[in-house]
Amino acid sequence: MISDWIPVVLFYAFAGVLLASALAVITVRNSVYAALLLVLAFFSAAALWMLLEAEFLAITLVLVYVGAVMVLFLFVVMMLDVKSREKHALGGYGKVAIAVAVAMLLEMVMLFAGKLAAGLPETSLTRHAADYSNVRALAEELFTRYVFPFELAAVLLLVAIVAAILLTLRRRPDFKHLDPARQIAVKASDRMRVIKMPAEPQSSGDDK
Amino acid sequence: MFGWSDLVTALPEIIVLSMACLVLLVGLVLKPEKDGLLVSLTMLTLVFAALVTLRDHLGAEAFVAREAFNGAFVRDTFGDVLKLFMYMVMAAVVVFAKQYLRNRSLFKGEYFSLALFALVGMMVMVSGNNLVTLYLGLELLALSSYALVAFDRNHLKATEAAVKYFVLGALASGMLLYGLSMVYGAAGSLQLQNIAQAAATQPDARLLILGLVFVLVGVAFKLGAAPFHMWVPDVYTGAPTATTALIASAPKLAAFGLAVRLLGEGLGPLQIHWQSMVAILAVLSIVIGNLFAIQQTNIKRLFAYSTISHIGFMLLGFVGGADGFAAAMFYIITYALMAAGGFGLLIVLSGKGVEVENIEDLKGLNQRNGWLAFLMLLIIASMAGFPPLVGFVSKLWVLKAALDAGYLGLTIIAVIFAVIGAFYYLRVIKVMYFDDAQTDEAIVASVDARFFLNVLAIAQLALVLLTPMLLDVCSSAIAAL
Repeated sequence: MISDWIPVVLFYAFAGVLLASALAVITVRNSVYAALLLVLAFFSAAALWMLLEAEFLAITLVLVYVGAVMVLFLFVVMMLDVKSREKHALGGYGKVAIAVAVAMLLEMVMLFAGKLAAGLPETSLTRHAADYSNVRALAEELFTRYVFPFELAAVLLLVAIVAAILLTLRRRPDFKHLDPARQIAVKASDRMRVIKMPAEPQSSGDDK
Repeated sequence: MFGWSDLVTALPEIIVLSMACLVLLVGLVLKPEKDGLLVSLTMLTLVFAALVTLRDHLGAEAFVAREAFNGAFVRDTFGDVLKLFMYMVMAAVVVFAKQYLRNRSLFKGEYFSLALFALVGMMVMVSGNNLVTLYLGLELLALSSYALVAFDRNHLKATEAAVKYFVLGALASGMLLYGLSMVYGAAGSLQLQNIAQAAATQPDARLLILGLVFVLVGVAFKLGAAPFHMWVPDVYTGAPTATTALIASAPKLAAFGLAVRLLGEGLGPLQIHWQSMVAILAVLSIVIGNLFAIQQTNIKRLFAYSTISHIGFMLLGFVGGADGFAAAMFYIITYALMAAGGFGLLIVLSGKGVEVENIEDLKGLNQRNGWLAFLMLLIIASMAGFPPLVGFVSKLWVLKAALDAGYLGLTIIAVIFAVIGAFYYLRVIKVMYFDDAQTDEAIVASVDARFFLNVLAIAQLALVLLTPMLLDVCSSAIAAL
């Protein structure tokens, strides 16, 4: 059946793009290219999730990582004006790094060749009907079974905010700033003062 | 779903978390001259949390471990014992930090708030019952610690230390998470009990073992065990001493709890596989910690290397089964008290505009203040493991556990390096007692700081008498896991 083959072909296509772009991220010289390639990697990963019917996670990955994190990343890369190095991106350790990576790959292959699958529990993807809501299922799990970790993750974000503000907010004593509360509370009489004074003689303004 | 009973079970965590938020808010609106309130609030939190934690153990009926939030969280004796010591150590650290921060005009509500957030993280680390909870607890502690290390943001060394800590910590978290994901993949569950079951039925599953290796690397990193110790000396030296005291004491209890939960409870059936790896970590930590400590002139760096060797001794207990775990628990509890006392003394000695960083700064401490010098003597001698102090007893028990497990060579190496290590501790004592003081400036210490210093130092003597009791508590806590 051709329809059985489509997901498999798509999987290998996206997985291939993912691996290739991830490899390119750490090897290209230009850091802007690297950031853009990382975007491609995230997109491919999102497509893989889509194949697993995890639509919500796929969309979140694109929105959060591609939409927010990587844009920020690109901003920083462009603002810092990092000169692309003349040497290879891996630097002086390139050869050593490649040797270590190859050794690790060989070790993994030797360890796991043919034996990895035996240790894995049998799982198969349950296909759902078209009206099945991924978001709903996720929300139900998050707010019931995983409510404790969920709340902890929220605390983690709070700590991140507190830490970020603590480390970056500087209050200088001579810093000139607006106080919105005082701006709103101001009355017309505070802004303009009508005073009575005798009229100036005409001559003083003539000589300009 | 969760209900009232879940919330009651996690009441200590909820109290500390709510108070952390309250301290944060109060710190924003409080006038600078009334900032002592922040310390009082923090202390109140710790006392209250301790009472709530103790309440269930002192009741008429026997305490039974109970799970909450669908098994994400567990309240058992093991967690509660560690938590009680965390409260105590944190209380001491907060009091020490007060004067240190004031003297350097760093006194802000965020310090105490972040310390409490870190405490929540630690409490979750020792009470988590599934992989996600444990990981989140660890991250909560880590994130708060990074901010606390960088607290003095105009200080170049502190910022550098914070960046190092952050980058290496993130790497370690990645390793741990990678390992956890593989364990999850192999066991098909996040719950520690289910993982233990899966590990028992298939003890040779390669995926599980590969996951175990990464988990062990992550845990070793967080403990600061060699060869994953590179961050310890730099962070301890660079951070403000008040923060060093914090990250050197209570988090060690939490990291121990995490290690026991993951290795003992979850991956316990794989002990044959991790035993030798832990033994290697222990030997390397003891050797590297003691050898590198000898050449240090900076006392914070010296304490950092001494921490590494102490972690090595603690890991020695891990190879010895249930008795070993109990000995390791006893070891880490006594070590947390020593570390808080040692850094506390450095904080008290670092007055306004004076930073005690080098061993030479302790010259003639006995002439300047005999009692403080005596307290330092007690703590340092206990770290070195001289009898009759508790450091000796705790070393004895872990060595006995390793010996009973048949690790004779390991025990001999540990003893040899403990003797080598005594040298650098003795050097500090020599500087304090036999060198002439360079200044005769009086040492100012507040009453509460003095109180905690006395408690922590005298505990080094008193705990020897209480050893059977505390060891009993540790054994029953481990047995009830």
